[in-house]
Amino acid sequence: MAEVFVLAEHRQGELREVSLELLTLASDLGDKVTAVLLGSGTDEFANRCANFADRVLYVDDVMFSNFNASAYQAALSELIKKEKPKTVLIGNTVQGVDLIGSLGVELDVPFTTDAIAIQMEGDKPAVTRQYYGGKINGAVEFKDSEMYLIGVREAAAPAGEGGKSGEIVKVENPVTVEITARRFLEYVEAQVGEVDITQSATLVSVGRGIREDKNIPMMEELAGLLGADLSASRAVVDAGWLPQDRQVGISGKTVKPKLYLAVGISGAFQHVTGMKGSELVVAINKDPDAPIFQYADYGIVDDLFKVVPALIEKLKETKG
Amino acid sequence: MNIVVCVKQVPDTSDPDTEVHIDSTGRGVDESKFSFVINDADNYAVEEAIRLKEKHGGEVTVVNIGPEGANQVIRMALAKGGNSAIRLFDEKFAFSDIVATARILHSAIKDLSYDIVMTGCMASDDGFAAVGVTLAQMLGIPHAAMVKHVEVIDEKKLKVGRELEGGLMEMLEIEIPCLLTIQTGINEPRYASFKGIREASKKEIKLMDLSAAGLGDDMVGEAGSVAVMKQYSVPEVGELAEMLEGDAGETSTKLAQILKEKGLV
Ligand SMILES: Cc1cc2nc3c(=O)[nH]c(=O)nc-3n(C[C@H](O)[C@H](O)[C@H](O)COP(=O)(O)OP(=O)(O)OC[C@H]3O[C@@H](n4cnc5c(N)ncnc54)[C@H](O)[C@@H]3O)c2cc1C
Ligand SMILES: Nc1ncnc2c1ncn2[C@@H]1O[C@H](COP(=O)(O)O)[C@@H](O)[C@H]1O
Repeated sequence: MAEVFVLAEHRQGELREVSLELLTLASDLGDKVTAVLLGSGTDEFANRCANFADRVLYVDDVMFSNFNASAYQAALSELIKKEKPKTVLIGNTVQGVDLIGSLGVELDVPFTTDAIAIQMEGDKPAVTRQYYGGKINGAVEFKDSEMYLIGVREAAAPAGEGGKSGEIVKVENPVTVEITARRFLEYVEAQVGEVDITQSATLVSVGRGIREDKNIPMMEELAGLLGADLSASRAVVDAGWLPQDRQVGISGKTVKPKLYLAVGISGAFQHVTGMKGSELVVAINKDPDAPIFQYADYGIVDDLFKVVPALIEKLKETKG
Repeated sequence: MNIVVCVKQVPDTSDPDTEVHIDSTGRGVDESKFSFVINDADNYAVEEAIRLKEKHGGEVTVVNIGPEGANQVIRMALAKGGNSAIRLFDEKFAFSDIVATARILHSAIKDLSYDIVMTGCMASDDGFAAVGVTLAQMLGIPHAAMVKHVEVIDEKKLKVGRELEGGLMEMLEIEIPCLLTIQTGINEPRYASFKGIREASKKEIKLMDLSAAGLGDDMVGEAGSVAVMKQYSVPEVGELAEMLEGDAGETSTKLAQILKEKGLV
């Protein structure tokens, strides 16, 4: 029987959606789905996982109140060595990427990260991943092994309805020593800025394509004419051209405006995750192969330094 | 505080003229139109390493796996303040996966004296976001991934912040020696000075091939990998945007019209 382990992910009192996505996906990869929950006083999460799993292995220990890669790795490697699942799925989240490589080396099993799809070839999983910022896909083949470890991209496949009622098995914490190499201290919330872009009806969003911060005023002028707020990709925020509270994406904000006008943004999935719920998306990019066009309703393939000034003129005329 | 920083040379995918085309083997890309740059996150890692050195003393060693052309990114890191550099290259390294890449880096780093090893959080070409954490386990040291804040507490401990989804920061304490994978935006990378560039051009970059690295044929490349990329393909895309055609005057007129019809202006 092929068993699939899924690591449940939770933070600050919430079970993260990726856990349910992976449990749903796991049903296609094996005939027994086991959720592994490392938590503390998280019975409610165990119950939710049981809805999507045939079994929940639940370690309830204060050691797991907050994520700590060293503690997680120590517990997971013990559980995996004992139970010997065929496949282990971990969300390719900031938590997951802190774990997958080191766990893979410790267990000495084939692994890869950021799978966007998994196909079974016989009893062996094969993985599809993206390369070059999503411009091409690659098919990844594992070396034959008793076990495989896969990091799966968040929101790659939707969570289903559940409908299972797996057994919840409480297991003793296999980690009996104190973890000293790394200690969790606290969470620090992102700073709140003066504009809340999650509430904006219209966003003009700026990417690295604008090249220099001296081009921001041109974008401000465009935003002004559209009654829009300015948002940005991470590249623009990293460069210090706009403040962090303007960042759209997985490590920024999730926005749902009526109009999202993406200018000089390539459309990396970390960005798209934050804006794909927008009602109307328009993209201006010089590269016809930019992934952003896959998420846009209207596209203009041209130099933004030609299109934006022309658009500003047109909008001024329209407004009279 | 001795720091090792791993830098990768990647094609500049933010340049619209960098076209990515699959080559005739199906397992490579045509590099003829690429302009190469330092991987974005690695640029921040180099800056963070140099800042720690300037504040706490010690040396920065730059490590790269790459062809001769990669000397360009290595020299730039040296020009900014790196002390020495190692470049690993062998034809046999081709098709190395996460594990084989980390193993090659490990072969050079294991013999260095370091307090912190830094990598970028992710390479923009393969997007694994895994080589650093994998390398940490091989070195037998603790790690923290996606780091956007580093503070030295004393010779034995660092306080670091990992940037989580939504911009939340997870603060933690980690023992030295350790490995950090550095996230973009942690600092403001400097430009190299002319003097720095001149001095860097005279510094020696130590070269290591397969045998110098003490590795065997079966430990690198496809043979030494556990998850091999076998075939590239052009992604099947859903419905693409409706493209507005014409010169800037025409496309902007069409767009203004559409926005007006939809009541958005
Ligand atoms: C853990 C993690 C979290 C992340 N979180 C986020 C996030 O929350 N938000 C986010 O945005 N990113 C995030 N990223 C980064 C993401 O992977 C991309 O690097 C980033 O989105 C790229 O920003 P960009 O599109 O502005 O720049 P690039 O990818 O460099 O694209 C620039 C685009 O501009 C175009 N261009 C250039 N010149 C012109 C011109 N003259 N006219 C028209 N077009 C032009 C180019 O064709 C290109 O498509 C994250 C990455 C990691 C690893
Ligand atoms: N060829 C290489 N040479 C030097 N460092 C590398 C190489 N490949 C990966 N790295 C390091 O590992 C980090 C993460 O890469 P990846 O896991 O491939 O996304 C990069 O940002 C680099 O710091």
